[in-house]
Amino acid sequence: MICLDALTYRYAQGPTVFEQYSWMAQRGQAWAVLGPSGCGKTTLLYLLAGLQSPTSGQVLIDGQPLVRPRPHTGLILQEYGLLPWATVRNNAVLGLRVRNFYGPDGKHTPEDYRPELDVDPWLERLGLLGVAGKYPGQISGGQRQRTAIARTLALKPDLLLMDEPFSSLDAPTRESLQDLVLELHREQALTMVIVTHSIEEAAVLGRKILLLGQPPNNQPVVIDNPEAGEHEYRRTPAYLAMCRELRANLD
Amino acid sequence: MKRRDLLVAILVLLLLWELAALLFQRPILPTPLVVLRTFIVEMGDDLWQHFLASLWRVLASTLLSIALAAPAGLILGQSQRLNRFFSPLIYLLYPIPKVVFVPVVLLFLGIGDAPKIAIIFLILFFQILVLVRDQAAGLRPELIQSVRSLGAGRRALFRFVYLPASLPAILTALRQSVGTAVAVLYIAELFATQKGLGYYIYLNGTTLFNYPAMYAGIVAMSLLGLGLYFSVDWLEKRVAPWQYAR
Repeated sequence: MICLDALTYRYAQGPTVFEQYSWMAQRGQAWAVLGPSGCGKTTLLYLLAGLQSPTSGQVLIDGQPLVRPRPHTGLILQEYGLLPWATVRNNAVLGLRVRNFYGPDGKHTPEDYRPELDVDPWLERLGLLGVAGKYPGQISGGQRQRTAIARTLALKPDLLLMDEPFSSLDAPTRESLQDLVLELHREQALTMVIVTHSIEEAAVLGRKILLLGQPPNNQPVVIDNPEAGEHEYRRTPAYLAMCRELRANLD
Repeated sequence: MKRRDLLVAILVLLLLWELAALLFQRPILPTPLVVLRTFIVEMGDDLWQHFLASLWRVLASTLLSIALAAPAGLILGQSQRLNRFFSPLIYLLYPIPKVVFVPVVLLFLGIGDAPKIAIIFLILFFQILVLVRDQAAGLRPELIQSVRSLGAGRRALFRFVYLPASLPAILTALRQSVGTAVAVLYIAELFATQKGLGYYIYLNGTTLFNYPAMYAGIVAMSLLGLGLYFSVDWLEKRVAPWQYAR
């Protein structure tokens, strides 16, 4: 589904983070991208989202070169990206409003899109109906992130990109949201790429883990983690072994 | 702020005024009751015409400045290149006290409403322009990127992000400058007009020596300023309720 073809990305006044980098991800896979600060994790995600363009080479999604954000890709950022002046419900419905604004033009909105504004099933699914009338400033970090998830899933994406989505949350909230993401991944048959600097998070969420090192990155380093997503995985010896392996690879 | 507290504050001010009037015992400081009586009589006569003339000038200049400054601020706030180009110009013009242009504007625009509207417009324009520009430029990149990832192009970003983000900035600018606007209106109405509260106050105070009428004019001008201030406050709570939500 995702294919990076000899991709090079250089910052305008900075280092080259990817050089002739090629990588592929299949539909329905759950990927975690792990690496230290400054390794290009977020840049990779922005490239996959179509928010940045490669210096050379290309990003292909379903065989199509990516030149702008794709209507079927959902992006969830670390800082939620919620509108502070809109209620939870209005934030969740924002993507649909944007689609209704353009109509099914095939560029901003899928061509087969039918206008709708009902996000209540998602708010209910994510336990947000009770706070639907509140503003982002009035709810907890976990609820804000759930709102961002609801907003993205209301657009029925087939590819979900997440940039350190749970890094500012406390441990129990983080774990419950990780479980939720795994559940949604299974339920919606989503292809998922989650960027994180946390070894534990990568081990819990990524069935495939892409390691990035100090730039420039030339060769993808991929670690298989086939048991990720299984029930109580984070309490098994296999999980601890995976964390050790990832830590050793990062060092 | 509670209504009761506001009422108490009004009563305290009136009481202080009454005490001062009793203490001075001079025609240049009549008691609030005398002024109230004159206010009612004068409103029945021609004070309301002066009030309406002033109100029209403030409203027209306010609407004009919002109509021109808000889009300009939004465009500058969105485009770093344009902002870099215009920033030095705004930087130089913004702090100049616009009231000094009253004679110049009068010379160019002559008598009538136009020069009065123009001078208030100048004050509000820069205030709104700068606040809206800074608000639009200060929107976090993550917010813009995440809305772009929902499919929003430039038009949708404008409609769903920049425009709603600029509304509180417009109202803040108005709240900050409505007092100055009314003060400058007074100055502007001293020249080349026979309508407006500035003219009315000045005429009664310095030519007719009708002090209670002069105070009635001052009360009318204060009500105009307060009314505008309260309107902006009310609008802010309606337009930007999230700023008050706790």
